[in-house]
Amino acid sequence: MGKTITEIEEIRKYKRAELDLRVNTAANTREKHILVCQGTGCTSSKSPKIAEKLEKMIREKNIDNVRIVKTGCFGLCSKGPIIIIRPEDTFYSLVTLDDVEEIIESHIINGKVVERLLCKDISGTVVNKLDELPFYKKQMRIALKNCGVINPEDIDEYIAFDGFKALENVLTSMSQDEVIDEISKSGLRGRGGAGFPTGKKWAFVKMAQGDQKYVVCNADEGDPGAFMDRSILEGDPHSLLEAMAIAAYSVGANKGYIYVRAEYPIAVQRLKIAIEQEREYGILGENIFGTNFSFDIEIRLGAGAFVCGEETALLESVEGKRGQPRTKPPFPANVGLFQKPTLINNVETYANITRIILNGADWYSSIGTETSKGTKVFALGGNVNNVGLVEVPMGTTLREIIYDIGGGIPNKREFKAAQTGGPSGGCIPKEHLDTKIDYESLAQIGSMMGSGGLIVMDDTKCMVNIARFYLDFTVSESCGKCTPCRIGTKRLLEILQKICDGKGVPEDLEKLEKLANDVKKSAVCGLGQTAPNPVLSTMKYFRDEYKAHVVEHNCEAKECKAMAKIMIDPEKCKGCDLCKKVCPVNAISGEIKEIHTIDQNKCIKCRSCMAKCPFKAIG
Amino acid sequence: MIEKSINLIIDNINVCVPEGTTILEAARKANIDIPTLCFLKEINEIGDCRMCIVEVEGRRGFATSCITKAEEGMVVHTNSSAIIQARRTILDLIISNHHMECLTCVRDGNCELQDLAKKFNMKEIMFDGEKIDYEIDDKSPSIVKDLNKCVLCRRCVGACKKVQEIGAIDSMNRGFESCVSTANGLSLNDVDCTFCGQCIEACPVGALREKDNTEEVWAKIRDDEVYTVVQTAPAVRAALGEEFGMPIGTDVEGKMVSALRAIGFNKVFDTNTGADFTIMEEANEFIERIQNGGVMPMMTSCCPAWIRFAEKNFPDQLDHLSSCKSPHEMFGAVIKSYYAQKFNIPAEKVFVVSVMPCVAKKYEAVRPEMENDGLRNVDAVITTRELARMIKQANIDFVEIEDSKFDDPMGEATGAAAIFGTTGGVMEAALRTAADALEGRDIGEVNYEAVRGEAGIKRATVNIAGRAIRVVVASGLKNARKIMNEIKDGKADYDFVEIMACPGGCVMGGGQPIKSSKIRSKVDVRKQRANSLYSIDAKSAIRKSHKNPVVQEIYNEFFEKPGAEKAHKYLHTEYSKQNKYFM
Repeated sequence: MGKTITEIEEIRKYKRAELDLRVNTAANTREKHILVCQGTGCTSSKSPKIAEKLEKMIREKNIDNVRIVKTGCFGLCSKGPIIIIRPEDTFYSLVTLDDVEEIIESHIINGKVVERLLCKDISGTVVNKLDELPFYKKQMRIALKNCGVINPEDIDEYIAFDGFKALENVLTSMSQDEVIDEISKSGLRGRGGAGFPTGKKWAFVKMAQGDQKYVVCNADEGDPGAFMDRSILEGDPHSLLEAMAIAAYSVGANKGYIYVRAEYPIAVQRLKIAIEQEREYGILGENIFGTNFSFDIEIRLGAGAFVCGEETALLESVEGKRGQPRTKPPFPANVGLFQKPTLINNVETYANITRIILNGADWYSSIGTETSKGTKVFALGGNVNNVGLVEVPMGTTLREIIYDIGGGIPNKREFKAAQTGGPSGGCIPKEHLDTKIDYESLAQIGSMMGSGGLIVMDDTKCMVNIARFYLDFTVSESCGKCTPCRIGTKRLLEILQKICDGKGVPEDLEKLEKLANDVKKSAVCGLGQTAPNPVLSTMKYFRDEYKAHVVEHNCEAKECKAMAKIMIDPEKCKGCDLCKKVCPVNAISGEIKEIHTIDQNKCIKCRSCMAKCPFKAIG
Repeated sequence: MIEKSINLIIDNINVCVPEGTTILEAARKANIDIPTLCFLKEINEIGDCRMCIVEVEGRRGFATSCITKAEEGMVVHTNSSAIIQARRTILDLIISNHHMECLTCVRDGNCELQDLAKKFNMKEIMFDGEKIDYEIDDKSPSIVKDLNKCVLCRRCVGACKKVQEIGAIDSMNRGFESCVSTANGLSLNDVDCTFCGQCIEACPVGALREKDNTEEVWAKIRDDEVYTVVQTAPAVRAALGEEFGMPIGTDVEGKMVSALRAIGFNKVFDTNTGADFTIMEEANEFIERIQNGGVMPMMTSCCPAWIRFAEKNFPDQLDHLSSCKSPHEMFGAVIKSYYAQKFNIPAEKVFVVSVMPCVAKKYEAVRPEMENDGLRNVDAVITTRELARMIKQANIDFVEIEDSKFDDPMGEATGAAAIFGTTGGVMEAALRTAADALEGRDIGEVNYEAVRGEAGIKRATVNIAGRAIRVVVASGLKNARKIMNEIKDGKADYDFVEIMACPGGCVMGGGQPIKSSKIRSKVDVRKQRANSLYSIDAKSAIRKSHKNPVVQEIYNEFFEKPGAEKAHKYLHTEYSKQNKYFM
């Protein structure tokens, strides 16, 4: 039998008291919780083994006031594996198996912080607590609220932090329209990329005629370098399931599907556990909380096709067909899964729902900008010091994210561009670093919000090569259905490759622009329509770089190997002759103790001379 | 229900269309000819090629006119500069990935891609680039699949999967490597393809085409040692003229005979005579099954694609199939036995060529069991299209050539045989003969309207000699499968079933002249060709197969009677289970 609202409330009370030390640094208790991140990043750095060893040591040493808690992602992935000790909030980074003993001996038994495992901020100051890390200071966690706080495999821990309270409220005291109104008023927009108003979408599905309706969760996060949704699935799966139930109630559906990539095995496993636990508690199934509302969820695994993140291709794939987009209209709200009205939202969108219901639309809409409310999770990566997951209010500037949260560019290099929106987005140059990020502002500067990938690039990156890289991705991920995407992106890539190979001519730039614009306008789905964005945005902001490639055949960043000229700096050359000896094609000439030179016609850019030169005179 | 009308403006023209009409159809109504490539009415409406894009005011991006429904108050621009630019780019891209072998391509002059290139005045290809080299699949005796010319319109997939519900081909791989493929890229020969050839009829270019047998036929014609006999199926004469610019459904029997003679065949005979034999045998088999409690219902066996379909999909139901060979195979057997003996021609020197509206007939002709006395019943099969090419090669002015008659004695045929070429025709012809036989007299009645018409499945009950004969006629393999499942599940109580693999029957066979998407949208090709056959029937002096004097004479002189031992030897065959796939 499932649990009643009263029974859930009881769990909530005692469990909340038990877990107070997780969120209250002043908690008056001798208990300690050692939180060990079990997200994909830390897991791949052996964090499960660390947790295992911690547990073993606690057992062996009969420590009775310490509990090891396996949580979801803390966000600062580049510093993983991460361990946090509560209630004191000590933040240990880059922990290895060998550090476990010291943590137990020093921190737990002797109460002495292991300083060498603490983080340092940019100035080199050691930071003890998570809250004091600059990485977290400007963040605001709504979607990621429970990530890194609870054990995602324990439904009671979710319940402790207001879990299922929103669903209870909705089922017992709100009409379908009231829920939809609340979501509409909150200003929440789709976090999958396009930013369609969520409340409006829900209203469309509710209004659609149909004997059967579905809610679907798009968890097919496919942008290279994006892992926002994965972290939510891994760290807080119940918040997604609860939101889907709320959505299902609001639109009149009784069946849900989560379409998740098979490449996310941890997320899939935790979802499965969460679904089982909710079924056991009666939160999924017939007559939830004794109401007339029944709802259940099935998981469908995606096989790794990027295009299946496009909502209609996703629906085809859920139906067991080849993942290819459908032409819209009709939209899924009217003709969706199995031809029935279907609500489809992305993981992060759902992750906001319970907070909106609990805290109210007014609270939510007070965060963010005029047109974009709430927060956005970004997967911050590339040439930035703090690689990881960040959640910031809409309207935060790129500069704040990259420099304040991200800790700036490593290796004393210069910022060159930030890429948002993955293969569908664009590259933003430094003159737009102070743009307040929201859906409209990013679109205005030729990029897009996308699902939240944010890749920082320093001045060693060639923007033509970057465009080529993204096109290479879309070409291999195109489903092949429509001509502009199937052949058009391929031709774009071929032209870019030609330019990167140093064979470009000025007319290629016109061709690129024309083809990119035509593909954008005529492709069937979002993938094809946005595939040219990386080309168009780099051409807009870095036109000179393109020109240098096709006119002077010069790649300033020296990433395009074919054009890279390897030269000997006459100021630094001592005439040691080592380079001449190592050159496999006899391209270097010069007498001993005289300045040497490289014959560019002979040079094959093998860079052997660069490696050999003791004076770093070759570059 | 009253149909709601929709008013919209296309290129400044007010258009009123019923609700549910696409922008493309609405535009055509206003005589605006939006270019298309992947669109094939009711067969492929997927909006993939993007040639038909238009601008709809107030809408982001372009709309695909072939699948976007007209809406009240819509303002559509089909020919703005932006649209033309984008369409040109799309066409450029398609051509950039097409092996242009126009001069040596079988579809030169009847190619929708070529037409588009002309329409857009394409002088050069802007976005030239890599092309994938595909191996040509010509392993099957019927169909050649050449992906080097494929434009990925997927019309063939629509024909195979949606119309026929076979699904022997579908999209495989992704992106630039996408291609139309069989399971695991096997040859069409080795999968569940039935060789119906509807994919060829759907293909806008030369990516799917018949296996060409004309060179082999020319060689035999030129060889004085070989006695070439040609026979022509009923449906060929109703369509051949189209290849020479004549209206669809023109009956060109007389010109065709003259042309075949001019090409140099020693004898020009009519497969219709063979069809009369088929009726004699089939009606007899039917009566025997009724009277002796044989396996019912009995099903026709004239269509080789249907036979291959049944052998691959319903191997346990094969005893429903009539053991009769198809008309041209029967006729080939008659020519090499009775005719050769009677006219003292060494049978081994006789080379029988069948001109068929069909590519599956090429496969049928090479089935091992289609031979007697060590000689193939039919030596080569060419399609209507191949015959047209041969006529052109022979410098014959087809439109002007005088009519002539088939050679005696094997040119005598009945109206019943003529209608073999259309769905319901075999059934009707069989009923005419079976009715007279069961009644024991000429009942006069010849027209069975209930089995005529375009419906994919036609059910009727015919009263003959006091008994109700329940018949069903199905055309298209989707419908064949339905009927077979009914029979398999014991839900059917039919006595006699006619199946033709191609929707509409042989007039719409995979070897017939290929009509463009635009023509198929506008004209009911099936009806016009079928009408041509029905009018041949109506004009015929003899309209029942058993009244054909030549057939009667040959039974008297050679076969004795229908179903007799000799008739069985030459005119009947057997079937066996086939694996769906050969790996």
